[in-house]
Amino acid sequence: MSSQIAAITNVKTGAISEAVYEHPFIVRLCHWVNAVALLILVFSGLQIFRAFPSFGAKIPQKDLLHWPKAYALGGWLGGGLQWHLTFMWIYIGTGLLYIGYEIFSRNYRQVLFTPRDIRGVWPMVHHYFFFGPEPYVREAYNPLQKLAYTSAILLGILSVITGVAIWKPVQFSWLAWLMGGFHWARLWHFAVMWAILAFLFGHLVMVVLHGWNNFVSMVTGWKKDPEYL
Amino acid sequence: MTFRTDSRQFKRLNRRELLKLSPVLALGAFAIPKLQKPLLKAGLGFSDWASARLFRSGHLAHAFADSEVTPFAKFPINDYDVDDPGIDLEKWTLTVSGSVQKPGDYTLAQIQALPRFRQNTRHVCIEGWDVIGRFGGARLVDFLKMIGADPTARFVEVECADDYYESLDMATARHPQTLLCYEMYDQPLTREHGAPLRLQIPTKIGYKQAKYLTDLKVTHVLQRAGYWEDQGYSKFYGM
Repeated sequence: MSSQIAAITNVKTGAISEAVYEHPFIVRLCHWVNAVALLILVFSGLQIFRAFPSFGAKIPQKDLLHWPKAYALGGWLGGGLQWHLTFMWIYIGTGLLYIGYEIFSRNYRQVLFTPRDIRGVWPMVHHYFFFGPEPYVREAYNPLQKLAYTSAILLGILSVITGVAIWKPVQFSWLAWLMGGFHWARLWHFAVMWAILAFLFGHLVMVVLHGWNNFVSMVTGWKKDPEYL
Repeated sequence: MTFRTDSRQFKRLNRRELLKLSPVLALGAFAIPKLQKPLLKAGLGFSDWASARLFRSGHLAHAFADSEVTPFAKFPINDYDVDDPGIDLEKWTLTVSGSVQKPGDYTLAQIQALPRFRQNTRHVCIEGWDVIGRFGGARLVDFLKMIGADPTARFVEVECADDYYESLDMATARHPQTLLCYEMYDQPLTREHGAPLRLQIPTKIGYKQAKYLTDLKVTHVLQRAGYWEDQGYSKFYGM
């Protein structure tokens, strides 16, 4: 990695510490705007789902689950759709900006899971879930992190593709067809949302476990005393 | 690339990087009650604009085989107020007005004299359910020719016997699958499904498929987008 490193002399004690510039500005901007957009899309999406909480026939209707109105955005179906059809553009916009930036700046090497990362996954799983020894880390992201983030990016892309298939099943009939028709596209869109929420849950747990310096790095870009230096 | 700095400078650097993220706060505008409505309206308007761009006049909605059609009994009956507005079918006419050469009252027989088209197409409700129905009727584009509609007009507005009202952009109105529908499942429309005449538009969402039509107006300026549009639904909602 060619990340910037800062050697910081403490003005009071004279002690020297280090910090690494992990997250470029565009990445941080996209991360936070996308985080807001994602939450709005989830809760407005659940409002839309409430209008017909089933993936079967209308007659007879068998509801899959009752999602409480208090945990849905927009007040009613029309309101939920307004939020959804507004923030989908913000979500798509930040997604495209992020992916474009990652490719253009070659920053994708920090996050993209590649075949050479495969053998590093199990030691990390062993460490996180079965109290195994902590593997030696040389990069900002360990192999398991790369796998998680790469999956999240793919899920983000899938959420847009499945959404477009529902929004425009005639103009993008080939997309809807690919998913088994409009009916199935709706189910895929719903399933992708839950997969993203599963990622989000794991992501938040890890953020809490890794502490303040790690969190700050997604705000200012700089990570103090990284474990891999 | 390592550079040397001290803790005071580094703090300033961090503060600067934090401030660069301030555009994120702009999203907070959506939390301000006064701004929320116009912002969401703009967002929906942008979606409608994009929808109109994505619409292709020559692209047909998938036509299903007879075996894929949802049984008639399982085709939902949806209305915003009554199943049957009590139309006198004998005396019914469609009143045409606006930018047309031949305004006036048109009988069902006149509409049925136009070439009849039958299609098995998907009907999608904004709630999320969908059915495949069999519909028959005259192409709206043929009717527009018959009444001498101004080719530069941009919208078709309709009114219904139950006070429902709707509108269509001209590109959709002229689409070959957009029907003035008087048949479902090869039978005359039943009262609950909109007898004697309804719109059937496979390239539009369900609430656009107005039933019990009584009035049709060709216009350059959209006066009333539709009942549900006035409650906050999309004006275009093309599929």
